[in-house]
Amino acid sequence: MSDPKPRWLSILDVVTIIILTAATLLVFLYAPTEQTMGDVQRVFYFHVAASWTGMLGFIVAMAAGIFYLAKKDLFWDVVGLAGVEIGMVFMLIGIVTGSIWAYPAWNTWWTWDPRLTTVTIMELAYAAYLMLRAGIDEPERRARFGAVYALIASLSVPLTFFSIRIWRTIHPVVVAGDTSGTFALSPKMTTVFVFALVTFSLIFVDLLWHRVRLGLLARRVEEKKLRLLD
Amino acid sequence: MNWLTPFLKAVSAVVWKDLAAELRSRELLSAMLVFALMVIFVFNFSLELDVQARASVTTGVLWVTFIFAGTLGLNRSMAVEKDRGCLDGLLLAPVDRTAIYFGKTLANWVFMLIVAAVVLPLYSVLYNVNLFIPGLLLVILLGTLGYVAVGTLLASMAVQARTRDILLPILLFPVALPLVIAAVRASSGYLTGAALDEIMPYINLLLVFDVVFAAVALITFDYIVEE
Repeated sequence: MSDPKPRWLSILDVVTIIILTAATLLVFLYAPTEQTMGDVQRVFYFHVAASWTGMLGFIVAMAAGIFYLAKKDLFWDVVGLAGVEIGMVFMLIGIVTGSIWAYPAWNTWWTWDPRLTTVTIMELAYAAYLMLRAGIDEPERRARFGAVYALIASLSVPLTFFSIRIWRTIHPVVVAGDTSGTFALSPKMTTVFVFALVTFSLIFVDLLWHRVRLGLLARRVEEKKLRLLD
Repeated sequence: MNWLTPFLKAVSAVVWKDLAAELRSRELLSAMLVFALMVIFVFNFSLELDVQARASVTTGVLWVTFIFAGTLGLNRSMAVEKDRGCLDGLLLAPVDRTAIYFGKTLANWVFMLIVAAVVLPLYSVLYNVNLFIPGLLLVILLGTLGYVAVGTLLASMAVQARTRDILLPILLFPVALPLVIAAVRASSGYLTGAALDEIMPYINLLLVFDVVFAAVALITFDYIVEE
């Protein structure tokens, strides 16, 4: 039984690659140089977009956890794992790009700023999620525990987002109701910023699709192996 | 309110069972207490707790001691249930399963509070500081409650995994860390005599964590123990 790659997925692959190239060109050529920070500010577009994608991954993992507990369908387990893996990678990209920006801006690669700290805790929590899964062999129980732990770990997601308001922080607020502490974006910058967000969201959808498909195929291989052994 | 009485009865039965077993074996508490004292000793020499250093790190040392000793207790309290098939027996009982969770949580809370009750006076004597500040005691009550609320849940998950000996701290610390941060900041606030409106946000945060952790555990505990 063959399972060809869906045509829409192939199309999405190509579109994503094109749009990512366009976004990169926009960031380096179209976006104006920031007055005080200079060229290093350009890392901001991909930094926020990557962090946003990471957040998306963790939100998907949480939602998949809830669906799994409600429906007991192993499909949602595959989605949850995909969300966590993608979320971790992009959050790490967010942290690294943030570091690159932080050195010239704050004069240090890392500070124990609340938002940086909570994002790191989040990464650690999802690393723990992967270790929990690795420790359980039975697929059904692994899915159940994974779903519960993803729910608990997701408590750290809103905490991360609101920590900037609960604790005093030096991290700039980009998405906020009040404008104090934001740095102003010129119209051109806003265009590039929104474009980068859309680009990374597309990358996210593409990767998620690939990872879920891979997970489902891996499960089928597993089932066939078991049937052969019986 | 009809369902409440049998529920409370079941909860108190589980708590009583744990306390009675502990009273007879004294395995858990003695281990937690000795471990807690050793942690303080290790800190004493690794941090060189002289007068100046002490002022800034006391609350940190206290909370690290509590949560390390707490992890030890949490792991053990669920491991004994799993080992001798006691958990299956508990689950067979015709009671709401969340009653088992609350019973175990309350018992673990009592153990952590006993450890705190021993460590606090001892620390006060060893380092000549007065730790008996009502606010600090409140923070310890709230902080340990949130810690055991999520800890008991995660411990019942960890003991069912192959890697159970090493899993609990890894699962627990990232989730509990925000709670520990709030607890440490609130404790330092009380120790340094900070203004109340500087401390209150952390107390509120602790309350929120307690409620959230208990609520999540209440919803998910069924899924963890089901077979």
